Amino acid sequence: MNNLINLTIDGKKIQAEKGKNLVDVAKDNGVDIPTLCYFKSINPTLGTCRICTVKLNGRYTTSCTTHVTEGMDIEVNTPELLDNRKAIIEMLYAEGNHFCPTCEKSGNCEMQSHAYNMGLTVTRYPHAFSEKTIDFAPERMIMESNRCILCKRCVEEIKTKDGKSVFSFIKRGVNTRVQIDYKEERKLSEEEALHAMDICPVGAILIKGIANEKPFGERKYDFLNKNVHTSLNNNKIELKEGEKFVVATTSLAGCFGCHMSLLDIDTDLIDMLEIVEFNKSPLTDIKNFSKQCHVGLIEGGCANDENVHVLKDFREKCDILISFGECAIMGGIPAMRNFVPLQECLEEAYLNGLTSELGADIIPAHEDIPKLLDNVYPCNEVVKIDYYIPGCPPNAQHIWKVVKSILLGEEIPIAHDEFKYD
Amino acid sequence: MIMLTKNKVDRSQLMAVLWEIQRKKRHIAHDDITKIAKEFDLSRMEVEGVLTFYHFFHRSDCGKYTIYLNNSIISKHNGMGSIQAAFEKEIGVPLGNLSFDKMFGLYETACIGLSDQEPACLINFQPFTNLTPEKVKTIISKLRNGEKPSDFCDKPKSNIQYTPAIDRTVFFKPYKDFSSLAFLKSNKPEDLIELIKKSKLAGRGGAFFPTGLKWQFARQNKADIKYLICNADEGEPGTFKDRVLLQEHPETLIEGMILAAYAVGASEGIVYLRGEYRYLKAAIEKVIASYKKYNFLGNNIAAKEPFNFDIHVHLGAGAYICGEETALIHSIEGKRGEPSTKVVFPVERGYKDKPTVVNNVETLCAVPHILEMGVDKWLSLGTEKTPGTKLLSVSGDCKNKGIYEIEWGMNFREFLKIIGAENPKMIQWSGPSGNALSEADFDRTISGEDLICGGSVMVFDETRDIPTILKHFSDFFVDESCGICVPCRTGNFLLNRKINKMISGVANRKDMIDIKEWSHIIKTTSRCGLGQMSSNSLNDAIEKFPKVFEKFMADESACKKSFSLEKATADYDRIINEITSDYE
Repeated sequence: MNNLINLTIDGKKIQAEKGKNLVDVAKDNGVDIPTLCYFKSINPTLGTCRICTVKLNGRYTTSCTTHVTEGMDIEVNTPELLDNRKAIIEMLYAEGNHFCPTCEKSGNCEMQSHAYNMGLTVTRYPHAFSEKTIDFAPERMIMESNRCILCKRCVEEIKTKDGKSVFSFIKRGVNTRVQIDYKEERKLSEEEALHAMDICPVGAILIKGIANEKPFGERKYDFLNKNVHTSLNNNKIELKEGEKFVVATTSLAGCFGCHMSLLDIDTDLIDMLEIVEFNKSPLTDIKNFSKQCHVGLIEGGCANDENVHVLKDFREKCDILISFGECAIMGGIPAMRNFVPLQECLEEAYLNGLTSELGADIIPAHEDIPKLLDNVYPCNEVVKIDYYIPGCPPNAQHIWKVVKSILLGEEIPIAHDEFKYD
Repeated sequence: MIMLTKNKVDRSQLMAVLWEIQRKKRHIAHDDITKIAKEFDLSRMEVEGVLTFYHFFHRSDCGKYTIYLNNSIISKHNGMGSIQAAFEKEIGVPLGNLSFDKMFGLYETACIGLSDQEPACLINFQPFTNLTPEKVKTIISKLRNGEKPSDFCDKPKSNIQYTPAIDRTVFFKPYKDFSSLAFLKSNKPEDLIELIKKSKLAGRGGAFFPTGLKWQFARQNKADIKYLICNADEGEPGTFKDRVLLQEHPETLIEGMILAAYAVGASEGIVYLRGEYRYLKAAIEKVIASYKKYNFLGNNIAAKEPFNFDIHVHLGAGAYICGEETALIHSIEGKRGEPSTKVVFPVERGYKDKPTVVNNVETLCAVPHILEMGVDKWLSLGTEKTPGTKLLSVSGDCKNKGIYEIEWGMNFREFLKIIGAENPKMIQWSGPSGNALSEADFDRTISGEDLICGGSVMVFDETRDIPTILKHFSDFFVDESCGICVPCRTGNFLLNRKINKMISGVANRKDMIDIKEWSHIIKTTSRCGLGQMSSNSLNDAIEKFPKVFEKFMADESACKKSFSLEKATADYDRIINEITSDYE
């Protein structure tokens, strides 16, 4: 063929068909450029998610909008570009409401898969807590805006037979949402509706009645097995002769599942107790700190003022503070109330809910009852957190491995399954 | 109502139809959207998507008289607060609301291009400048008495403060109508392109792309129809030079467009006028009509190669991003003003997928002047890279606010002296998306070689708080981001929160490092200029004013200062108090 051209990707010389999309060229040559909005049949390409940003002849551009030509010099996997990509995924996590354990698409979600591949354990950005809705009104679909990443795939791809849009962007800026046109949505065939759900790279478009078709552990992204090396750059803790490491734990707004997982450490608990003693902890039932601790493990986020006081107390009494479990790291399930005003939450729970008494007019309030906060906060927004162990709950062996490494100041590789939690 | 002929749906009419409904009914109701959708053969939601993109279109009643108060930082520094209070008092509802008698709607909007006569507002898109609380009172009572805003609105002053010596002035000197058009009779389009290339004229909107080259590309692309668009969507806060050009010399713009159309072979011209300048529309249309009368517009325009060309005005509806050429094209097409990816450029496939040239008002206005004075004379002005003169809009803390036509190459300190900036601390150069300049920059020269400027110059003196200014710019970008790409949509929002932390005094060293790193991510991954430029001034300011930011350089404390337990429990206390109080 005479329309072959030469280019380099990360210094590797490559021949490719002229005008072919850079994402595909790279893939053919064993270089994986992650993409979210890129979808083969949509032309021109969307270029909305920006995670495929590379450097072309020294200038930043997205691969999905680049058609290869002679002499291109492309950088894909430089530390800077890798971090850019990870940053954008983190931004998406911070912007939306991505609680994987409750998501129908978990395991079939492209964004989740990227997050796993990039070794994303926590987002560097604070959560946006933007007001988004779930639209149940369409006949066949549910539009879960909290999960929508506005990739625009559905807007461009899904049209009725007479060429009208079913999905449209409305508003602008941080308020941009995808909205379904109910009338047009009814015109879609079963197959077209399923197609809409399938092309959604996250779990924003759902078809009523279909969820988790495949059981956990048998889905598209369940078998990714990448090792992520996490470096722990803390100084080794010096112990005096005969002393043990002192650890404290607590559960704030969580379900105690992470503590259950702690108990699952099982026979290793015996090894553990050789070097560790527990101070304040539900495991020992010690209610107050009796001394300064080396490590504090926090389960759960802050939902009320008592949580905040306990957390601040832990920060003061523990040299190293670790958030373990999703709720501590990002608010988790309790934080789902952040999308409903506090007043509505309380009224639903105590006044209007099905289980409340007829004519109920009291929301319990007493100085001994902790005050609910306006939002559920992840611990790192209240105090400084040194390490995060993600998972819902984190695997028992994994918790021990990480804590041990922190105590002993060792570096450990973390296998993918250990922090993959669904 | 604009008549729509059946079976011939031209979506480019959509914005005009929306404007018409908005104007007559003061909002666009559910049923109107259904009708429009049917008429244009679109889904309802797609129409809703378009209209919710532009902030001058309302889904609910915005009053018989809709007041848009300018909320730019310049306006705030000039006393917007007291004007807002005066309006609120007069109409009885707070900003952002419709009065109870549905007579007045009071809203805020970004810079309306009157920075030299702030505080200012638009009432039913008629300008009212240099407002005082007393003036507000009079305006409202006049409106209540049934007077029309157009009858007693202000005519914005041009405030041309400075021009070079008469023989070195380009824009603001007497101009004899039609004088540049004689050029058409004796020259071919290619000659004009060559001449403009020689003149080194470059896009005056701020991108400075060589105009001659743009025209050449568009000329080379063969198509049955080509378009020429004048970008009069002057949205960069602090700039108003295009408004003054349109007020003072609309004839040079029309002549510039005729010449440009001849050069590229365009047969349809569109002036994309920002909604905020709706009061200029009639005057521009009048000039177009007079050129039509003398057969310089229409069919068979006399030239060495006779051509057809006509111009109409398209009205924007409040979206900063539409100043970006591809977003602007989408907007004219009746779509959401989202910028395209730069796979193909408008000169190849632009408006309606045909070759399209988009030029700024000032660029087009320069063309007839270059022909009139001769390219050699033009080249003798200014500097090597940027010949000619430049229009700068000056506002803020200086004595002589207004328009400055300066020769490129002027010393910055001299410029500051002319504008009467006594204690300048920070100069916001080229608008919020430009750069923040400090004392250290004052010895530079204003030129393509050194300090290039799109047109906006905002001066802030010692008394102004820099983080507040930056917060303002950031708010603007958060509001005006089109929302289509992640880094700009969310990144700017996150940076805005960091600035909030500075303003509330809880920012620490980590925040300052984050700002730098996050800005880099936003800058390198955003889809268009908005995201690529939005963090410039923030980072400039941090770098150039270390004294202002040194208080944020302390290490992070164990307990986050940004978290206030009192604030977090305030809601709960309020709810419990309300519920437990007995109203009987």
